[in-house]
Amino acid sequence: MKVTDNPSRATFATTVFGLSALAVAAFLVVTAALFALAIWQVNRVFVADVLDALNAEAETLLATSQFGETNALRDAVTRLSNKADSRLYYLATPSGIKLAGNLAGLPPELAAGTSGGLFSYRYDRGPEPGERTAAGLPVRLKTGGLLVVARDIEDQRELVWWMRLLAFLAFAVIALGGLGLGFLASRSVLSRVDHLTSATRTIMDGDLSGRLPLQGSGDEFDRLSQSVNDMLSRIEHLMHGLKEVSDNIAHDLKTPLNRLRQRAEATLRTAKTQRELTAGLGETIEAADEIIKTFNALLLIARLEAGAIEKTKSPVPLARVLSDAAELYEPVAEEVGLRLSVAELADVTLTSNRQLIGQAVINLIDNAIKYGRKNGPACDGTGRDIPLAGEVTIRLQRRQDHAEITVADNGPGISAGDRVRAMERFVRLDKSRSLPGTGLGLSLVAAVARLHGGELRLEDNKPGLKAVLSLPL
Amino acid sequence: MRVLLVEDDPETASFLTKALKESGHNAEWAADGITGLELAREGAFDVLLIDRMLPELDGLSIIHTLRKEGNQTPVLVLSALGEVDDRVKGLKAGGDDYLTKPYAYAELLARVEALSRRTIPGEQSTRIVVGDLVLDRLSHAVTRAGEPITLQPREYRLLEYLMKHAGQVVTRTMLLENVWDYHFDPQTNVIDVHVSRLRSKIDKSFDKPLIHTVRGAGYVVRESNG
Repeated sequence: MKVTDNPSRATFATTVFGLSALAVAAFLVVTAALFALAIWQVNRVFVADVLDALNAEAETLLATSQFGETNALRDAVTRLSNKADSRLYYLATPSGIKLAGNLAGLPPELAAGTSGGLFSYRYDRGPEPGERTAAGLPVRLKTGGLLVVARDIEDQRELVWWMRLLAFLAFAVIALGGLGLGFLASRSVLSRVDHLTSATRTIMDGDLSGRLPLQGSGDEFDRLSQSVNDMLSRIEHLMHGLKEVSDNIAHDLKTPLNRLRQRAEATLRTAKTQRELTAGLGETIEAADEIIKTFNALLLIARLEAGAIEKTKSPVPLARVLSDAAELYEPVAEEVGLRLSVAELADVTLTSNRQLIGQAVINLIDNAIKYGRKNGPACDGTGRDIPLAGEVTIRLQRRQDHAEITVADNGPGISAGDRVRAMERFVRLDKSRSLPGTGLGLSLVAAVARLHGGELRLEDNKPGLKAVLSLPL
Repeated sequence: MRVLLVEDDPETASFLTKALKESGHNAEWAADGITGLELAREGAFDVLLIDRMLPELDGLSIIHTLRKEGNQTPVLVLSALGEVDDRVKGLKAGGDDYLTKPYAYAELLARVEALSRRTIPGEQSTRIVVGDLVLDRLSHAVTRAGEPITLQPREYRLLEYLMKHAGQVVTRTMLLENVWDYHFDPQTNVIDVHVSRLRSKIDKSFDKPLIHTVRGAGYVVRESNG
């Protein structure tokens, strides 16, 4: 699509101007037709009236020469002809010689028939000589002569001509006014659109905090702008999230990448023996594996949030998923002095993806085991001699149309202010920094919950943390 | 063992063929799908390693074609696509195992060797014997040197899988997938704890350990450490 940049041409090219031009044209065609019809009708009726009157007059005149007294008729015609008004006469012998009358000769328009009609004649008596129009009625006399009774209607015709002129002027005013208003409307619309366009350009150029101007009138442009602004807010929010994630990725991948590089460098620099070399490379590979884990978790969360993973697969018996996960982690919990138990297992089946639900549940249990000890997080190997450092309790309950999976511990928990933040990507609350982990565990659970239209809630277990994964059935 | 590698990245291919040769296997390389399919059709391979995204003909189409032609050579699908759905697609097309890039070579080797064993009869046998350890698959009874050993159901399945692949390295991921049916990596190394529990039941009161840890790879069940 080519858009003209010339502002005045742009004004004519708008939809508003096109529509108003079309409306004006349609209005003109219809009123002109009506007006023409009216004028034609007025003319017709007027001429018919005049002819009626002429007919009556002719009869009166003929009555004066009822018995063929041509002289009386001639006198009457002569007398009437001399009056300075609009009456016109012409009297001729059968052979066509003029006997009386103020018309110079027989008008050719009346010679042919006897029905009467309009004709033009030369007027040379008054102050304004010239061609004038008249309506006339020819009457054949008994003697064979011809009498024409006519009436000058030039003044009436002038009136009609004036009416036409006025109508034409009115039309011109309407047309120009209509087009002018269309032009103004078009320009005002165009200026609004131009404002919006330039605001949009600014935003496109990278200033995502920009918004389209609102006039506050609540008109269609304001409504459109409001919608666009809402969309921009959403985009800005997403972009902000994206930026935050990429900043976090930069940090959380760069740090281990740097560690990887340093280990490789250190090995290269310091390893003297084959043994040291092997150990150094082993550590390097371990570091690479950690990066891969983080990367995989990030990718999975991103795909979950984009809805790119099919969530409905097959019926998943949740009780089975929970008992499997508990069985997998029970010895791990014991290793760090925690007792893992399943307190309640409702019989709930959810149509979903077993792997996703399994991973979410395992992340919650993993988290509870890492942070759920009464005397703070366990560091590898230190918890073995502690008899019982706490309990991790797993529950599956059915609440109306929701399945609720609860993993509760009685460790230090998370303060109310930190709970929402703990579910964000890469957020590792200070005390967990020292433990291995990607910092993506809870955000992955939250993403799984959102994919199912459910939610992850972190609550106070008094003492400890209670993570509730609520999934709609 | 003869392995066919169908992989379009020359660096990966060169690394893998070299590594496989060092592990005592004979590896051949095809750089595109058509060549890969032609080589595979000749049928002299024990395992096919097929990348999913290939020029000319994609990996899943190769597998599909081979299976339609009745070729049952075990296939390990290699792919950068690692979600559950991708995996299911790979196995549906006729792949026997699925490995997501980036992978550890030890993981790949363990899986290739496990696959080649699939063709050996005996997997279906009802008794598996490794040294003096006997696992009866009908009665689910386990004895060592004639003494019965009591195992939890999951411990039994873990041992069964390890013994089925006796002499072969089995990775933690393989155990997680085949014994627990989890196709993702938990953050904590849960498998180690389970293996150490199993080990305490199988090896603790005996001189010769049967369950060995292979550093950087996983576990292996075999008679001696040699």
